Amino acid sequence: MGTPAPARSRAISLEVNGEAVEYEVPARRLLVHFIRDDLGLTGTHVGCDTGNCGACTVHVDGVSVKSCMLLAVQADGTRIATVEGLAADGELTALQRSFNEHHALQCGYCTPGMLMSATALLEQNPHPNEDEVRVALQGNICRCTGYVNIVEAVVAVGEGTS
Amino acid sequence: MSTTTTTTPTVTEQQSTPTLEKGYIGQSIPRREDKRLVQGLGTFFDDMRRHGMGYVHFVRSPYGHAKIVSIDVSKALELDGVYGTITGDEVAIHTEPFFEMSVEPGANIKDYALAVGRVRHTGEPVAAVCAATRELARDAADLVEVEYDPLPVLVDAEESLKDETVLHDDAGSNVVWSGVFDWGDIDQALADADHVVKIERLHFHRFSSTPLECAGALVEYDKGTAEWTLHCNHQMPGVGAIWMAPALRTGIDKLRFVTQDIGGGFGNKICLHPQYVVLCLLARKLGRPVQWTEWRTDQHTANAHGNERTFLDIEVGVMADGTMTGFKVRALDDCGAFPRYEPLGCIIWAQVTPGLYGWRNIRVDFTQVCTNKSPVSPNRGYSRMQHLWLTERIADIVATELGIDPVEFRKKNYVKTEQMPYETPNGCVYDSGDYAAALDIALDLIDSGSIEDRRKEAAARGKLLGFGIGSTLDSGTNNFGQSTLLNPDLQFSGNNEAASVKLDIFGEVVVTLGTVPQGQGHETTAAQVVADILGCSPEQVNVRRGHDTWFNSHAGFSGTYASQFAFTGLGAVKGAAELVRAEMVQLAAAVLQAPEEAIELADGFARIKDGPEEAALPFMALGAIVNANNAFLPPDFNPTLNHRYVCRPYFGMVDTEKKTGQLTLTYATQIHAAVVEIDPETGVVDVVDYAAVDDCGIRINPQIVEGQVHGATTHALGAALSEEFVYDEEGTLLTSNFYDYHVPHALDMPPLKTGSMESPSPVAPLGAKGMGEGGGGGIHCVCAAIQDALGAAGKAIVYTSCNPPHRVWSMLQDPEATRANVSVVSK
Repeated sequence: MGTPAPARSRAISLEVNGEAVEYEVPARRLLVHFIRDDLGLTGTHVGCDTGNCGACTVHVDGVSVKSCMLLAVQADGTRIATVEGLAADGELTALQRSFNEHHALQCGYCTPGMLMSATALLEQNPHPNEDEVRVALQGNICRCTGYVNIVEAVVAVGEGTS
Repeated sequence: MSTTTTTTPTVTEQQSTPTLEKGYIGQSIPRREDKRLVQGLGTFFDDMRRHGMGYVHFVRSPYGHAKIVSIDVSKALELDGVYGTITGDEVAIHTEPFFEMSVEPGANIKDYALAVGRVRHTGEPVAAVCAATRELARDAADLVEVEYDPLPVLVDAEESLKDETVLHDDAGSNVVWSGVFDWGDIDQALADADHVVKIERLHFHRFSSTPLECAGALVEYDKGTAEWTLHCNHQMPGVGAIWMAPALRTGIDKLRFVTQDIGGGFGNKICLHPQYVVLCLLARKLGRPVQWTEWRTDQHTANAHGNERTFLDIEVGVMADGTMTGFKVRALDDCGAFPRYEPLGCIIWAQVTPGLYGWRNIRVDFTQVCTNKSPVSPNRGYSRMQHLWLTERIADIVATELGIDPVEFRKKNYVKTEQMPYETPNGCVYDSGDYAAALDIALDLIDSGSIEDRRKEAAARGKLLGFGIGSTLDSGTNNFGQSTLLNPDLQFSGNNEAASVKLDIFGEVVVTLGTVPQGQGHETTAAQVVADILGCSPEQVNVRRGHDTWFNSHAGFSGTYASQFAFTGLGAVKGAAELVRAEMVQLAAAVLQAPEEAIELADGFARIKDGPEEAALPFMALGAIVNANNAFLPPDFNPTLNHRYVCRPYFGMVDTEKKTGQLTLTYATQIHAAVVEIDPETGVVDVVDYAAVDDCGIRINPQIVEGQVHGATTHALGAALSEEFVYDEEGTLLTSNFYDYHVPHALDMPPLKTGSMESPSPVAPLGAKGMGEGGGGGIHCVCAAIQDALGAAGKAIVYTSCNPPHRVWSMLQDPEATRANVSVVSK
């Protein structure tokens, strides 16, 4: 119960959804809170305190990462992509369309994280089978769908049937 | 790994009069909500910001039960960036305790928004801090010094019943409510039975649906009008306001609830009034908007668990031919530290008193007690799930002990389709359904004929294979009058929901809902219904997102809960749309100088049937005439094209003496079947085949219905195999986050097959029954399948609803310990 150390901050510069960003952030601020509260990109969600749920998944230098497990200062110099960047030109990606067609979301809270994890998978493995999709999404919790339609939606993109 | 099979829908013959032809209704139209949600453009309450907003963090009890000796907030207030604090003492001055629904002793419990003088569960809020950032608020909360004097802790309902330690001195007892429900003549039925099967104890465990978005709100206070606006994720604002307004000593009109997108609810966002009252007090005290987002650990520890229930001294009467004639049971419900929504759970189960079975003699001696655990709240399948689990456990235990095949036993005892509509012993009416036919679909889906071969094949691999069925009813559209069976003085009865539909100047069809969707796709299904009624496409219909008290399209019981949107929510939409439609026809007839019978609404036009092409008015013309160009309309003709409709289902009154009545109106059926394999070395249960069959009458959007079935099944599988709120003897929750409280991940899920049939409801406005809760079919069938698998290893009786590996392993080691619970007396 000691007096906390005074908040210290640091300037960071990074690229978020293709745009350069420079910011002075408290050293202890989580990356997810920097994305949501400072940048206003509220599509990235928080569902747990412990890194289990994956609702906060973003891409850092092309790798899917739980943004509640990084400090904002650790993202200095990186290239970040969030869900808002997927359809940056206003055109939904095949995966986003497939989620809609397959009813792969209900409340939509886990969806951004699911999309970011699945997008990373499809970049590495454009034609995943069901097992590969399930492995790739095991770090993302959904409490609405039972994953059935999510998995179908991702597989369908790889099969070109969506 | 996973396959989804939808059988050809079987439409049963029912006396149903759905008034609409199927147009958009019945189609799996992709959801309109999705476009924003897949782009991260939804708006959840935590996405909102206000200038000068403060972040709130609660100081919570580390003890299960303790006196609060003192609270010192001075060090927190000294921290730069802290806006202010609030403690239980202030709450006791500025608010009233929340209204209690029970009779005595529960009626005397005093439940305030923060702990006053005493904490009764770990995680109970004792103070709150508001600061400029989330991090600062948390730092400041750590600086609040609370001195506690620990008290004896009760974490067991049966211990609680002894009243050796009493949680609420004002009540003088830990009992919240108790009463006996006695229908038919169970004593005679047991005396006449050829077999009486006795089960000493069954236990339905504590878990919750744990929506991925935690609870919270952004609250603003308008000093000039003394009004609060709550941007929140409360899923039942109508009732939330009934709790909050008297506590805050204000009128309901001073509380504006606004919801937008909500990240799942499942009932767990119904009892948020204590936290919201604290936010209201802070917003007023500090003169600034305040925001609170619950942490995951706090949600698990101190928000909303499902009801835990122990069933004792069960006796079931069975005739020689396998017909069950009745049962009696003592039910002991544990509602945690405060009743909140309780004791409603003491009656809600009675909506499905005999389950799917023809029992005519039932006695339930029901008692609810407080313990030093988190308060409960409705949780998907609320209270019926616990009771249906009992009826399904009884069915399987009786069948096993009497050596009868559980499938044939169920078919013999199920209420028959030719008995529909069927009145239960307590006066509820099962509106339609064919349980045996639904069971056959499930059996086909899992190829039940091959079970014995698969059992041998599994045994050759050293695995124990088992097969089980879970039959449930999803009772929908609650009659709040059932609360008077608990407390005759309560002034609640019936139900209602509102919606409004208008046609605007440029032809926009705008719909507002009183319901509070959290993923159920109301924007889509409401658009389908309105499009069919007005004769346009769903794309032309704008269903506003969420709920806003200022829409004025809500009613006293507004919300999304109790499987009723298909009845009351869409009933209200249909009613409002039909009022607008009638005026559109009148207006078109007047303008086109044709009789009203000659007017049809189709393709976004009002036109003369089979008339010339120019004899057609686009919706825009109708909207513009009424809203902006109406001087030529005669004085006695005043269409508004803007209607609010309240759907008020008819129940009649309940009989508080006999404890009978129509407690709910529609009964959707779920038959689930599971095949499991158990590893006898470890007790690990693997679900290897699974089918869920749902019959919810007319399906407005089959894809959405199937999605609800998937979700309900997943919740049940998690509960059956891993999800459990476990307390130690000091009242500390051991499963307070997603590490320890394991919910199903993508790799945990078995292949899910779904099937459906449609037995239209003869009482619902669209023939559609409420659905989505599912009654825990997955819990029942997994318990049955585990018991079946254990038949080859000592015949253990599955006695609890949660069977993680250690529990299954124990049953394998000592099956007799569970068998000692069961006995059969045969004549």
